[in-house]
Amino acid sequence: MLLTLYKLMLIAILTGFLFSILLVVAGKYLKGKLAILSALVPLGLFVYFLQFSKRIANGEIISQTYEWVPSLGVNLGFTLDGISLIFTLMITGIGFLVFVYTAAYLKGHEYLDRFYGYLGIFMAAMLGVVLSDNIISLFVFWELTSISSFFLIGFNNKEEASRKSAILALAITGTGGLLLLAGVLILGNVAGTYSIAEMLSSKEVIADSAHYILIVLLIFGAAFTKSAQFPFHFWLPGAMKAPTPVSTYLHSATMVKAGVYLLMRFTPVLGSTELWNSTLIIVGATTMVYAAIHTIFRTDLKGILAYSTISALGILVFLIGLGTQDALLAACVFILVHALYKATLFLVTGIIDHETGTRDITALSGLRKVLLPVAIAGVLAAISNAGIPPSFGFLGKDLIYEATLHFGSSALILTVLAIVTNILLLYAGFLAGIKPFTGKLPAAFEKVHLPSFLMWLPPLILATLGIVIGVFPSIIQGALIQPAVTALGESGNEVQLKLWHGFNLILALSATTIGVGALLYFILKPSQKLEKGIAKLEFIAPQTIVEKFGVGFGKFSRFTTGIIQNGYLRYYVSVIILFLVLLTGYTLIQNTKYVIDYDSFSALTVYEVLTVLVMIVGILFTVFTKSRLAAVAAMGVVGLAISLIFVYYSAPDLAMTQFSIDTLTVILFVLVLYRLPKYLNFSDYKVRIKDGVLSLVFGALITVLALEVLSEPQGSQITDYYAENAYILAKGKNVVNVILVDFRGIDTFMEIAVLTIAAIGVFSLLKLRLTSKNRR
Amino acid sequence: MEFLLAILIGLLYASGLYMMLRRSLVKLIIGLILLGNGANLLIFLLGRITKGKPPIIPEESYNFLDAYADPVPQALILTAIVISFGLQSFAIVLIKRAYKVVKTDDLDQMNSTDEFS
Repeated sequence: MLLTLYKLMLIAILTGFLFSILLVVAGKYLKGKLAILSALVPLGLFVYFLQFSKRIANGEIISQTYEWVPSLGVNLGFTLDGISLIFTLMITGIGFLVFVYTAAYLKGHEYLDRFYGYLGIFMAAMLGVVLSDNIISLFVFWELTSISSFFLIGFNNKEEASRKSAILALAITGTGGLLLLAGVLILGNVAGTYSIAEMLSSKEVIADSAHYILIVLLIFGAAFTKSAQFPFHFWLPGAMKAPTPVSTYLHSATMVKAGVYLLMRFTPVLGSTELWNSTLIIVGATTMVYAAIHTIFRTDLKGILAYSTISALGILVFLIGLGTQDALLAACVFILVHALYKATLFLVTGIIDHETGTRDITALSGLRKVLLPVAIAGVLAAISNAGIPPSFGFLGKDLIYEATLHFGSSALILTVLAIVTNILLLYAGFLAGIKPFTGKLPAAFEKVHLPSFLMWLPPLILATLGIVIGVFPSIIQGALIQPAVTALGESGNEVQLKLWHGFNLILALSATTIGVGALLYFILKPSQKLEKGIAKLEFIAPQTIVEKFGVGFGKFSRFTTGIIQNGYLRYYVSVIILFLVLLTGYTLIQNTKYVIDYDSFSALTVYEVLTVLVMIVGILFTVFTKSRLAAVAAMGVVGLAISLIFVYYSAPDLAMTQFSIDTLTVILFVLVLYRLPKYLNFSDYKVRIKDGVLSLVFGALITVLALEVLSEPQGSQITDYYAENAYILAKGKNVVNVILVDFRGIDTFMEIAVLTIAAIGVFSLLKLRLTSKNRR
Repeated sequence: MEFLLAILIGLLYASGLYMMLRRSLVKLIIGLILLGNGANLLIFLLGRITKGKPPIIPEESYNFLDAYADPVPQALILTAIVISFGLQSFAIVLIKRAYKVVKTDDLDQMNSTDEFS
């Protein structure tokens, strides 16, 4: 039993959720020294997914399906192939290090358990995204990542900026989620299946369908918002308000990669069209250059890293857009390269922030003297980021250039764009990884001491990995990269990752990049002035536009809500009646026969006419009298007249009931009357005329309706049944009574219960004494 | 007579609605009662009215020998009258209570939930 459970990916995905639920109960025990234990969860998952790598490397695709809502075609289908494996290992591997790091970073934090809970949910959701084969379940997990990241970004919920960033991020990624839902529903409808694996075979059907463009645009909308592509990029720098482990995990290594994952996953299904490729190239190129330029203007370490992350995501989208085997290979490699060095840089930044209390790059220098292991990690990451051999980053950059150089006619411009981006990224990486550690140590930082190894070991491990893989690329070549490229639909040439390609154009380009980048680093110094300069352009930034739209939308909502829910009962009633009159009236005018068959009506007698006249006078008096007592008395007269009508027309039981109830009501009214304020007319005559007209039209409508119904033949089998069986079955001769106490006995019983409740209510309202504390 | 009754029902509905649209709480309840009476009469009328033939099976017979008034609408109305009495009595006592706390009969001054405890 345990062994089969162990094999189920569903359980693996649910582990994170279960862990979070467990924390609700056991959270307080985890806050102390046991916090480190929680890292066992991602570690276990990492090992679990790692054991599949051999089977994946052999070209196997592992899929498991569980029925969820089979009637809607929604199944929990999970597939582990090359792409998924890269992502799962990234999620769980970096997750493990982040979990460890957090234990020290947020040591003794009041809500440490809560933090781990959110992280656990996030990790599970992210695993769900990259493993789902069914696009509906992919959507569900996708939304869960948005929601859990909302809580993580807003973790310091006492700060306004933090809350604002969280809302902004949720608004953007949530909008993307809605687009994704629309996209997958249309896609599922067109393809006739919700399984991605099954869609692969109906690629032509999808591409030829009239909805193809819409599907692609919706999927793009989801991917671009999640992966912070221009012009939806601005939530990501804002999300840096989150504690650094969150920035590391969500906003460099995992969540923002979900958009990239989505594009990769759908490349074999939707890709290889003009729309798909051109859009991705344009958006990706814009984003990578735009964000890379932005890094020059930042002085906050996290700000620099945020923009360099956006730029890196731009590169990935750009590569997927190129769509050639070279490009897809480069994308697969670059995802790993970026995850390794960016996570390191973020963790390093976190340590600097934690120990020195500042992230201002202009103030930081010489920290190597006090934070040596951290400095090593930072420099190694910067090297990988810069693409200096023999790092893993060098490999990645080579592949990017190779992809752009071999892209037909526009090779030149694309390569130039890639070089510019890489130069600026190199600059950003040097700023974050090298600048804080070189130069003179300011006196203020002399007392800075190295934190617990739980904090500096994770970045060191990641940075070292970035070099080791660079030297020995065969570690990942067969196990990760080849299956991923195959899963992307490129089963052509065998992938060969090599550090040394010989002297060629690409090497020259690489050298240029490094040279110019390093030069830039020495010439250009980050300063507050530059940052202020770019702030002047804020008014046309997409963020400002979205925020203004948000404020305007809020105002509009309040305005309409104020009109619709104005709090005045009479307006609600007026609107309801008005619509009733208009709709029913329209139908009546269309269909009425306007024929009244007076012959079928019973003849009039004097006492009947008199009764009706008494009622009319009573009603008018009730409405127009200035005295409340008179109004109640007149209303009583109307009620008594009704009981007379019941008497005339063969309803003795009704007459009796109406008589007694009417009397009771009047008595009750008079009893409480003397306590009430003066009977006032609040409204002026204009309002009264308006209300009067509406009321009269309503009354006329009811009259016409009644006459209309009377002109139709009547037939009731129920009546015949009751009449025939009243005595035979129920031994009663008064049929009305028999119905009430026998045929519909349960109903009457319920009615008694209702009356009892009303009676209890009346009694308690009369007896209730407000204590002085409750009374104003 | 049916024609007269139809007009009377219309009048009851009209006056009930008019009273409900007033600002005074007392008028609102009077309006509710008038509307309820109108509804009862409407059901009664639409079940067709028959003079002098109550739905009671004659002595020494198991069955109706003659035409009879429809008992079903009557049973329905009887229930309605009693239930609306429950509503009315509760509402009347509630006004009294509300007035004690809020010191007004004006609905417009009662549309906030927070000010009064």
